Amino acid sequence: MTRYFTDEHEWIEVDGTSATVGITDYAQSQLGDIVFAEVPAVGAKLTKGGDAAVVESVKAASDVYAPVSGTVIEGNDALADDPSLVNSDPEGAGWFFKIELDDASQLDGLMDADAYKAFVEGL
Amino acid sequence: MADDTELLELPLGDWHRAKGARMVPFAGYAMPIQYEGIMAEHLWTRENAGLFDVSHMGQLILSGDNVSEALEAMVPGDISALKEGRMRYSLLLGPDGGVLDDLMITATPTGLYVVVNGAVKHQDIAFLSANLPSTITIQHLEDRALLALQGPKAVEALSRVVAGVDQLYFMEAGIYLWGEVPLWISRSGYTGEDGVEISVAAEHVAALADALCVQPEVKPVGLGARDSLRLEAGLPLYGHDMDQGTDPVEGNASFAISKRRREEGGFNGADRILRALSEGPARKLVGLSVDGKMPVREGAPIFAGETRVGVVTSGGFAPSVGAPIAMGYVAAGHTGIDTPLEAEVRGKRVGLTVAKMPFVPHRYHRRAK
Repeated sequence: MTRYFTDEHEWIEVDGTSATVGITDYAQSQLGDIVFAEVPAVGAKLTKGGDAAVVESVKAASDVYAPVSGTVIEGNDALADDPSLVNSDPEGAGWFFKIELDDASQLDGLMDADAYKAFVEGL
Repeated sequence: MADDTELLELPLGDWHRAKGARMVPFAGYAMPIQYEGIMAEHLWTRENAGLFDVSHMGQLILSGDNVSEALEAMVPGDISALKEGRMRYSLLLGPDGGVLDDLMITATPTGLYVVVNGAVKHQDIAFLSANLPSTITIQHLEDRALLALQGPKAVEALSRVVAGVDQLYFMEAGIYLWGEVPLWISRSGYTGEDGVEISVAAEHVAALADALCVQPEVKPVGLGARDSLRLEAGLPLYGHDMDQGTDPVEGNASFAISKRRREEGGFNGADRILRALSEGPARKLVGLSVDGKMPVREGAPIFAGETRVGVVTSGGFAPSVGAPIAMGYVAAGHTGIDTPLEAEVRGKRVGLTVAKMPFVPHRYHRRAK
C-alpha cells in the first residue's frame, strides 16, 4: 500500500483500485479542536479537487477535497460519535472515507511522504 | 486588513508568540487566536482564570464640563447618575438610532473612561469628535494596554499580585498600585464569569502579564475562546450580532436603556427606539439551541417551515454546553422561548429551538442590593 499527500493536506492510502482518505496531522493541528465531521454518502461520485467532506473546528468549517476522482464505498461512521478522532489519530482511526478510484493515473501528481514533509516545512 | 504586512502590533505581540500563540489578523492587529487550543482554554477559563489581551480595544477619556449630559445625546444610558468608580454597558447610537458600537463607560475623577471595540475605535472617535460639544476633550489612551483576567479564580489570583482588588464588586472600578505602577482595574469582562479588566501603561504590560501567569490559576487565553465564552454568556459581538442596521431593542439590549432615559428621551433615534420598546420590535436577537452536533454559523438563514424568518449572526460549538449554540435575528412572532425553527447549512435543514440566554449562567460578583 502506498500513501500520497495533496497540497490541501489530505492523505490517500491506495490499496489496489480503492483507497482511504483523511486529513493530515498538520491539517488537524492547524484546525484545532474538531467538533464535527461530515463524510460523503456511500455511492457519491467525487471529482478530483472537488468538495468531498466537511470538518468543523470550534472556530470554523473547512472543506475536505477529493484527492482523486471516484465513487465512495464507505464513510467513517465513528466520526459522527467522536469527531475528536481526527485530532487524536488523523492518519489512522480518524480517516474520512474510502473510494473506488476512477483513474489511478490521477495519483501521479500527488506527493509522497518525504515530499509532503518538505512541503509542510516550507509553509 | 487581509494583508498581513499592514497588521499593527500589540504591546504584547512578542509575548504571545513566546507563549506559543497562533497569531491571526483581527481588528487590524496581529492577535493570538489560541495557545494550547480553544477548547482547553475555554474550559480553563470557566474553572480557573484566563488572561486575555484586549489591548486592541480603544481606551478613551472624555472630559469637560457636563460631559455626562453631553454623551447622553448619543447613548441611551443614565450616565449622569453614574457615581465615581461605577461603570455601565452602553451603546453608541448614530443619528437614526442604529448602533455604532457597544461600549463600557466608567465615571472617574478625571472624566468618563470609555472602552470601545478595536475594529471601530477610529470611527467612534471621529463620531464623538464631530458630535460632542467643543468643550469636551477626547483623549485616546494609545499608550495603554488592556488585559482581562476572567474566571472564578481570577480575583483570588490577582489579589496575590495587587492587594485590595477583592473589595471591588461587579461593575465597579478604581486605581490600584502594582509596586509603583498605577493600574486602573474594573470588576467586569465579557465571558459571563467573575473577573477583572486591567488598564496598564504599555511599557509595563509584559511584566504584569508575566506576574499574572506565574499564578497557578492563570493561563493565557486567545480570541477563539473569548468568542465561545461570550457566545455562551449570551453577550453580543459588535459587527456580528449588532451593527449600524440594528437598534438596541431588536439587539436584545433594552436593559441598556435606563429608566430616566425612557421617560425623557433625548438621545439619537429616541423616537424609533422608544416606539420599538412600547410596540415590540419587528425582529429580535434571540438565543438558539441546535439539534445534533453540526455547528450552525454566522450567515445561515433561519426558517419557520418554508418561510424565511431570520438569520444566524453568531454560532459555533459551545464547549461548556457540549453542543452547538447560536444567536440570530428572528422576526416577531417566532421569538418566544421554545419556538421550533430550522436553519439551512450546506443545503440541509437543521433543527433549532429559541433558547433563553445566557446558555451558561453568569457568575458575576454582584454587590447585594
